[in-house]
Amino acid sequence: MTAPSDGPLKRTPLYELHRELGARIVPFAGYEMPVQFPTGILVEHAQTRNACGLFDVSHMGQVRLTARPGHSTAAALETLVPGDIAGLQPGQQRYTQFTNENGGILDDLMVTSTGDHLQLVVNAACKDADLAHIQTRLSDACEIEPMFARGLLALQGPQAVTVLSRLAPSVAAMKFMTGAFVVIDGARCYVTRSGYTGCDGYEISTPADAADPIARKLLSYPEVKSIGLGARDSLRLEAGLCLYGHDIDTATTPVEAGLLWSIGKERRAQGSRAGGFPGAAVIQKQIAESAPRRRVGLLPEGKAIAREGAEIAIAGKIVGTVTSGGFAPTLGRAIAMGYVERSQSANGTQVELIVRGKPVPAEIVPMPFVKHAYYRG
Amino acid sequence: MAVVKYSEEHEWIRVEGDTGTIGITQYAQEQLGDVVFVDVPAAGRKVAKGESVAVVESVKAASDIYSPVSGEVVEANAALAESPGDVNLEPMGKGWFFKLTIADKSELDELMDEAGYATFLKSLG
Repeated sequence: MTAPSDGPLKRTPLYELHRELGARIVPFAGYEMPVQFPTGILVEHAQTRNACGLFDVSHMGQVRLTARPGHSTAAALETLVPGDIAGLQPGQQRYTQFTNENGGILDDLMVTSTGDHLQLVVNAACKDADLAHIQTRLSDACEIEPMFARGLLALQGPQAVTVLSRLAPSVAAMKFMTGAFVVIDGARCYVTRSGYTGCDGYEISTPADAADPIARKLLSYPEVKSIGLGARDSLRLEAGLCLYGHDIDTATTPVEAGLLWSIGKERRAQGSRAGGFPGAAVIQKQIAESAPRRRVGLLPEGKAIAREGAEIAIAGKIVGTVTSGGFAPTLGRAIAMGYVERSQSANGTQVELIVRGKPVPAEIVPMPFVKHAYYRG
Repeated sequence: MAVVKYSEEHEWIRVEGDTGTIGITQYAQEQLGDVVFVDVPAAGRKVAKGESVAVVESVKAASDIYSPVSGEVVEANAALAESPGDVNLEPMGKGWFFKLTIADKSELDELMDEAGYATFLKSLG
């Protein structure tokens, strides 16, 4: 699911802009994407945390579900995800996962109710498989409209509200995880107050031909700089957020991944709409009895960086594996996350991360590593 | 005047007498991006040509640094612990990694001179 699709690399509507800005372009999930701009990842990271960064996330998959007569999109989608979708009020957004029969995660996604539709944003590397999955399972109940040509811009950072309000004053009052139709620069966009950096900010779904002019307009403000995928990764890691294909995949359940918060009470055992999603029995059992392993934050001592794949040991015995690790620019030190056996997963537990054959002392710590700055009103 | 030679792994070595100072090239630092940590070898360590002797961590990835010649490490650049970004700012200046006593100067003949390295870079596209 993480392998890029075959065939030539695709481009987003912002490809030419990235080139003009001097981006280093790399293949990512079947697209030619900017990994960094000339100032480099550290500057881009700080720019986003301190001011405002503009990310091209148009490679992600946008899908719209519309109910067929006599059906409900929410009820249909709840057969594929453990999230409380029926409880979404118009304009509300929720994070959930497509699960498989073992309770593993096929993909993680954002779901927003517009009232008339459900709008999904799924990962780029999974979008074709996700679409096929939805079409197989939901076609009787829903019209399924892939909107893969649309633009998706993430405007993130403490100045995002100031900047976007200049173009659309109504966005200032929006709260975290809500969405609304907003006209920006003459184009009808769907804006959500969300993102994947731990910062306040917005994701702006644009018509394909409006993505480039809106991006240029946003970049014309002095607070805004273009940011690549490199800083997007370091920002989400500091925020303790999972990267699909690394921290979560078909072999990890939402409970193991520490995503229980995203499974609404209504969908848990004894809830009014309990179960009904693939792998529900496995997931309900893990909720009741807890999972055999757990995703944890890891703070290594010193400067060495434990990256994905590094083993986690206690007194020489392997108890888990690092799934994401890197340098946290905000903290000026290395951080990591990984899975460890539940019995060893308490905060404060001292472990060793095996980096190039050498044990690096580390402590299990709560996440996020950098406090979230979401606007909750 | 000191002689500078280059490896296909994008290390440089500046030779002064029997001592070589080793670092990575401008091209290498551009490819790596922001360097955040360099694990340099300790003085006294004997290294073989082509042996992995240091690790440079950028935000994106860890990369091995190979010794372009055999010898014994006499000094590591301790300043990199506090300012790893020197590797990006001055890869051939204050961003050097370590110095060694060259065991066999004939190994230098297998490395490229500046013009040869420039041609090699062009071949990479």
